[in-house]
Amino acid sequence: MTEITTPLGVPDVPCVPWCVQRSPLRSTVNKQLMSGNHAIGEAAVRAGCRCYFGYPITPQNEIGEHMARRLNEFDDRFFIQAESELAAINMVIGASMAGARAMTSSSSPGISLKQEGISFLCALELPAVIVNMTRGGPGLGNIAPAQSDYFQATRGGGHGDYRTIVLAPSSVQEAADLTIEAFQLADSYRIATVILGDGMLGQMMEPVAFPDGKKIPKPPVKDWTITGARGRPSRFLRSLLLDPSAEEELNWKLARKHERIAAHEVRYEGYQLEDAKMVVVAFGTAARIAKGAIKRTREEGLKVGLLRPITLWPFPHKMIRDLSKRVGNFLVYEMNTGQMVEDVRLALDGKGKVSFYGRPGGVVITPLEMGRVIASRYYQKGLR
Amino acid sequence: MGFQRVYSRPRALKDAPFHYCPGCGHSIIHRLVAEVIDEMGIQERTIGVPPAGCAVLAYNYFDIDMGESPHGRGAAVATGLKRVLPESVVFSYQGDGDIAAIGTAETIHAANRGEKITVIFVNNGVYGMTGGQMAPTTILGQETTTTPGGRNQGRDGFPLNLSEMLALTKGSAYLERTAVTNPKNIMRTKKAIEKAFRVQMDGTGFSLVEILSPCPTNLKLRPADAWKWVEEKMVDFFPLGVIKDVTKG
Repeated sequence: MTEITTPLGVPDVPCVPWCVQRSPLRSTVNKQLMSGNHAIGEAAVRAGCRCYFGYPITPQNEIGEHMARRLNEFDDRFFIQAESELAAINMVIGASMAGARAMTSSSSPGISLKQEGISFLCALELPAVIVNMTRGGPGLGNIAPAQSDYFQATRGGGHGDYRTIVLAPSSVQEAADLTIEAFQLADSYRIATVILGDGMLGQMMEPVAFPDGKKIPKPPVKDWTITGARGRPSRFLRSLLLDPSAEEELNWKLARKHERIAAHEVRYEGYQLEDAKMVVVAFGTAARIAKGAIKRTREEGLKVGLLRPITLWPFPHKMIRDLSKRVGNFLVYEMNTGQMVEDVRLALDGKGKVSFYGRPGGVVITPLEMGRVIASRYYQKGLR
Repeated sequence: MGFQRVYSRPRALKDAPFHYCPGCGHSIIHRLVAEVIDEMGIQERTIGVPPAGCAVLAYNYFDIDMGESPHGRGAAVATGLKRVLPESVVFSYQGDGDIAAIGTAETIHAANRGEKITVIFVNNGVYGMTGGQMAPTTILGQETTTTPGGRNQGRDGFPLNLSEMLALTKGSAYLERTAVTNPKNIMRTKKAIEKAFRVQMDGTGFSLVEILSPCPTNLKLRPADAWKWVEEKMVDFFPLGVIKDVTKG
């Protein structure tokens, strides 16, 4: 890792006031050149992650490798290379039951295996952080960057009626910031929180600054953990609720929690929206490409803006709906065959024209190519 | 001189009647585990991991902290708990389908890592809660709802001796197979559970007690006949005794 020191740090990308993406914790002084995977691992260590459980799968192996090295530097933290993704997520369950900040990471096929445990985590209201560095699918697919796990991530993913918070970083710095936030969100709401990246984000290296560990809030006091019934009545954590009315009660309890999260935790970035006649909606790596494309097309006089959901669940429905009052055309760009576009359509509820551009399978286009797509859609709509 | 109370409900059991079928071994095994917890004075630092299966409701009976595991993942959940809380005594309580079919990998690898946990493995040769299907430990010839005409090795494979497999792992420290079919075996089972907890608390390694236990409901036998069946038929495939004990040089 190369240490880069800048006196004031690089200026942040320009954002309209709507942008709620801002980490108050970040130091701008000491920057290191790191891959997204290493940055997520290091941010987790600094966020107080006590244990990591994982199983190797490309393109996210550096997370586990980083955790193995770093967690072993502490007496009270540990790393386990599990025998499978299933075992890893179930170790997370045990560690979270005991009150520890726990984490696992994987990529698409491995995340499918973890779904059983994620459903249990959510049923038991256990906090945990799960990283999915998405790769091309379905099946074994490939190891190239993709966004084809959007549905799986934002609709719960496993069996039963639940959601996970889904955070989609689009830079290495943001990956680090959101990792710290993921632990805080998971603890505050007692919910599994997913960081949805892709192979590009995991592998690319960028300067990243980490917050001073002292500035990171301590985990809340957990009065529900099972640590041995010393000086208090015994407790149990279970998800079996044979009485349908008890299961219904749990489902509504989770639904109310989801509503609270949706009301308070939506995060997104707006870019060049003030005068936009067309808005590109994209997340993660696709948003990064779209932003580069928009810079180019703006130079040619096309009034295009970007709305980048940072939380994929809860989705910024209201912001998109509000935007439709003055923008009529939306272009959704995803590295899949069309998943988030459904949420955009739901948000617009018929108020606005939506077109879609998708490149699944691990194909990563350049901002130049994306610029051509934007221009062609722009002219098709007669927006000139 | 007044009367002395010589037999009562263990403190580690709640005052709740068991829901298990008449003649089922779970009630006895629950009591034995609770008696050992009482006698070792570890109620306040013991954490149990109940399975999916008939014993899933163990948390209604044990007066200790408990965390439910997904089907088969008891050893992985217990691993997470124990590594975070190394001073605690962690046991998983698992049936034969849970541990020797769907959870084989988790169990073998927890043993191989030498996790300082204890597994109470209740082997009754059948899937009880789901209504009597073939278990990995169903013996040859045994009739279940999915082995019509009896388990046939050519069609259904052989009963799996998981405990003997675990003995091959370097991390397993103490493995014993017992039964709860008569008072002598019940006393032996209690000693084995105590030893298994002791091995965990000494940090020696992974410990497991496999307990042969009757399921009269799914064997479609009267309780007394079911107990006899375990003693006469099951032990041929699953011989009783200490399988591995690294504490005996």
